[in-house]
Amino acid sequence: MYVAVKGGETAIGNAHQLLAEDRRGDPSVPELSVAQIREQLSGSVDRVMTEGSVYDPDLAALALKQSRGDQVEAIFLLRAYRTTLPRLAVSLPIETGSMKVSRRISSCFKDMPGGQLLGPTFDYTHRLIDFALEAESTPQAEGKGQLADHLPQVVDLLNAEGLIERELPDADDAAVGDLTREPLMFPAGRDIRLQNLARADEGYLLALGYSTQRGYAKSHPFVGEIRSGEVAVEIDIPELGFAVDIGDITVTECQMVNQFMGSKSEPPKFTRGYGLAFGYAERKAMAMSLVDRALRAEELGEDITAPAQDAEFVLYHADNVEASGFVQHLKLPHHVDFQAELTLVRTMRAEIAAANADVELAEAAQ
Amino acid sequence: MKQAYETSATLAGYNFAFLDEQTKRMLRRAILKAVAIPGYQVPFGSREMPLPYGWGTGGMQVTAAVIGAKDVLKVIDQGADDTTNAVSIRRFFVRMTNVATTEKTREATLIQTRHRVPETPLSEGQILVYQVPIPEPLRWLEPRETETRKMHALSEYGVMHVKLYEDIAQHGHISTAYDYPVLVNGRYLMRCSPIPKFDTPKLHMNPALQLFGAGREKRIYAVPPYTEVKPLDFEDHPFEIERWPEDCALCGAHDSFLDEVILDDKGGRMFVCSDTDYCGERREAGHTGRMSAPYKAEAAE
Repeated sequence: MYVAVKGGETAIGNAHQLLAEDRRGDPSVPELSVAQIREQLSGSVDRVMTEGSVYDPDLAALALKQSRGDQVEAIFLLRAYRTTLPRLAVSLPIETGSMKVSRRISSCFKDMPGGQLLGPTFDYTHRLIDFALEAESTPQAEGKGQLADHLPQVVDLLNAEGLIERELPDADDAAVGDLTREPLMFPAGRDIRLQNLARADEGYLLALGYSTQRGYAKSHPFVGEIRSGEVAVEIDIPELGFAVDIGDITVTECQMVNQFMGSKSEPPKFTRGYGLAFGYAERKAMAMSLVDRALRAEELGEDITAPAQDAEFVLYHADNVEASGFVQHLKLPHHVDFQAELTLVRTMRAEIAAANADVELAEAAQ
Repeated sequence: MKQAYETSATLAGYNFAFLDEQTKRMLRRAILKAVAIPGYQVPFGSREMPLPYGWGTGGMQVTAAVIGAKDVLKVIDQGADDTTNAVSIRRFFVRMTNVATTEKTREATLIQTRHRVPETPLSEGQILVYQVPIPEPLRWLEPRETETRKMHALSEYGVMHVKLYEDIAQHGHISTAYDYPVLVNGRYLMRCSPIPKFDTPKLHMNPALQLFGAGREKRIYAVPPYTEVKPLDFEDHPFEIERWPEDCALCGAHDSFLDEVILDDKGGRMFVCSDTDYCGERREAGHTGRMSAPYKAEAAE
């Protein structure tokens, strides 16, 4: 006897309890604190803040704890929280030129004013598992020095000769678009594209950026500059008549420099791709700058031949909260649609079988 | 109205129906535009909801925008009130609005649905909110939004007729079993969300307001009450709905959409109404099917 599927509510409740227990793991192992995640898993925290579009290391760490380290799930938690927050003010553009720099490199020049500063990086580490880390340790870094600020932007050094395009605000001084308030529409301006890419899934951007290096939209990239460090966030207070510093955030910025062969109206010069992410997120910022540059194909009069240049393709599929939800919605029951298809396929098969039987009958009669 | 909202006991720290009033205002403007241009997809600033995209975020935003403290809410998925996602969405709105809920189609003022239109005819004053995964009826024929918007603007729907014609030429049938394309008010080609084509005729001249929300794709559209909704077809291949070889095994209905339930691994199966409320109401009224036990009122959840 068929029993109607009742008790969905109990099942859901039980599933969530199992998940909570699973998240905690073996209770004989001490529970992680949010502060531990924030301090010791900062790579995950930075990614969750960037793609979750909220600069809040504590909240990102909490989301990571709640999602048991599942980053896309943590990003989703942060986003869903973010939409409920009021918008109190729009900050002024951050000045990365006056960043308190903890890392700054350029691959275009051997040396430049301010010098190359490696800072905390995985680069040049040998990726050997460090078994000593199984025990607790408190490393002390030497050569920390004073954090430099007001280092000149490397790309600006090329500007003296007019070799690189200038990035200037729109002449009409239009307000910057906001994808979280307005739907994505096409053609999408660069402000919207950059916002989309900043929120985009890191793995997706990495693959797309990589594809441009393998011949799908060749763009001859050089790292003009990567810099990471603290920048001040300022907001204008209308009542005061001047901007107020509301705090510092850590960001990573990548200025990619790309060759441009010139067009009828423009002499050959270098163009730029731009990447920005919260925290130390160099891979994301670099991939973003490659994709940003690829998406400028139309504006620069280049042929659109590769996936990374196709704005609709890139921008519509970049968001991992959207992608994860829609891919996983296939888990939901679809038995009504499936039933409709079953009925159709059965009808069509019966018709073909009947037609074949007719043919056989006719052949047998001959 | 605002007073009533504030006095209802909803989850602390959240506004009535989760979304802030400014967001609801934006949604209501989109809904009004959608009602004014039946079948036209209105882009809107879809918000992240606490449920994943693809799980009904568009329908939930529409519901959140139109729900009031006095509404009686019904949520169904695959026609059933007790499927897990319907339970989850209903529970979300109870937490966020504290409105009354029901499983009875007749009693509901607001029904959110996924994949089905209730069998019980709707009446004036009711609102049916559809969860829509892909709002664009031309999407499988043209992946680019910039192109499809142009095609709608020019009423350039020839490709869909060609697709249906090719189906008939190749298979002898239109091979669209669900999400059947319709022309609304003689103007816009519309996707009815993936309801089986069995339900498509129910959209036509329906006295209820039908709202469609696609959260991930950020589109809202509508079929106002008493609007013409015509499935695309050909004179010599008229639109047809599914039929089943059997009646509902529980209530004996022969006019409702039936789900096939596999009973064993030897090909045993039964067909039952996908609309659990409709089936229950019939059994309550004494109708029986070939496998039904005498009707017993089930304990309310």
